[in-house]
Amino acid sequence: MIELFFLGWLAGILLTLVTGPLGSFIVWRRMSAFGDTLSHSSLLGLSVGVVLNINPFYTVLFLLLFISSIIIFLEYISCLALDTILGIITYSTLSLGMITVSFMSEIKKMSITNYFFGDLLTITFSDLIIIILLIIVVLFILIWYWKKMLLLTINAELAKVDGVNITKIRLIFILITAVTISVSIKFIGSLVIAALLVIPAATSQRFASSPENMACISILIGILGVTSGMLVSYFFHTPSSPSIVLFLSCFFLLSYFKKIH
Amino acid sequence: MVALIKLKNVFVKFNHRYILSNISFTLTANRIFTFIGPNGAGKSTLIRIILGLLKPYSGKIVRKKNLNIGYVPQKLYFNTSIPITVNHFMKLSQGVKNCSIINSLKRVNAIHLKDLYLEQLSGGEMQRMLLARALLKSPELLVLDEFTQGIDTEGQIVLYELINQIRYELHCAIVIVSHDLNLVMAKTDEVLCLNNHICCSGTPESVYKNAEFIAMFGYMGTKEFAVYRHEHNHRHDF
Repeated sequence: MIELFFLGWLAGILLTLVTGPLGSFIVWRRMSAFGDTLSHSSLLGLSVGVVLNINPFYTVLFLLLFISSIIIFLEYISCLALDTILGIITYSTLSLGMITVSFMSEIKKMSITNYFFGDLLTITFSDLIIIILLIIVVLFILIWYWKKMLLLTINAELAKVDGVNITKIRLIFILITAVTISVSIKFIGSLVIAALLVIPAATSQRFASSPENMACISILIGILGVTSGMLVSYFFHTPSSPSIVLFLSCFFLLSYFKKIH
Repeated sequence: MVALIKLKNVFVKFNHRYILSNISFTLTANRIFTFIGPNGAGKSTLIRIILGLLKPYSGKIVRKKNLNIGYVPQKLYFNTSIPITVNHFMKLSQGVKNCSIINSLKRVNAIHLKDLYLEQLSGGEMQRMLLARALLKSPELLVLDEFTQGIDTEGQIVLYELINQIRYELHCAIVIVSHDLNLVMAKTDEVLCLNNHICCSGTPESVYKNAEFIAMFGYMGTKEFAVYRHEHNHRHDF
């Protein structure tokens, strides 16, 4: 029993290495709605995968990458505000997913429920390998493009005049977000994955002295949240992901007791 | 004179309206240009065309190859939610050394801002810091968008003196976009009056002999400000 928890805890910790810095950018760029849209649409990817008997991990990944590209395209060609586009896509994909689920057998429906809450306790060794691969790829990309992404976030026009290819950087950022969410969904669950991105970063924002500092503090807060959540989940038999998120929210509230100049 | 950017019959359309019509002019090195015009005249659009941020609907733009441009945008559109200091922000530019940052900030009299966070800066401080940042790359063309907005006359006098020195140090072209329709920087070489098209252009008239002007702005003011007399052969009904 304890080995399962240890593996689950390890997976959670490894994921925070990515959700910390990536979440910082999501908070700076005010993109948490985007994270929400991807989480909700993932149900469609999952149900299609289950119905077609393809490993849902790949269908979810493919769908999220596809939807991210659609969102960028729609934002470019239409005069609708981004959050309107996100709203339309969230609920149309979610509804399509829900209808697909309704045609499934009862057994298959069970696996869908697991997917909402995630299952940190059914981690296999090969899952850990995938997570480690994710970390290496996403962290490498973040570090490589770190300065350009910061410049783009502070003022896009200044970045463009200074030679940053803002379309390419924006696209890369959205794609690594889609990949991170689709990998994390399997373990953290689609309902609360956005929380793991947003809450640690929002908490660290008050204390950080530099962007890199904020990314690191977000990782630390994530580690604390995962550890506390897993401990409570072990001793009191609560589901792991919501427990983690609840602790993260408590840390956020507690941070407001510390006075900042 | 080295032509840096040449615009020929440029039109810019947005939402079925012409924001800019038939714009033609040349920006040359070592000269100061001031664009003036009422709100909605298309000044910011013209700046974006010059900087390559926007493509024209029609017309030709010829740029010097690998033109090194320094841009000081308006302070409004900055995302200051990132906890980043001035020093750190300036380091985000490619291959910049610590001593260059310090020298650049000293040049614009903003060295005291070095360790402040971007969100702590006032509007005027942000402008100075952005100017220091633009100077880091020794630009051939410096574009200042509404640079003196919200700064009092004394402050403007100091800034204009600084801009003039920069022109002579770097031999660059400087474009100033101003919201003031009548008073421009005295050392401007060419004024462009814009109202969706070029209404008129020319050189400013000096006021160093004007007693009333001296009474209002002081002797230093007469050196740094000039009156621009508009010569319109048409009318606009607003």
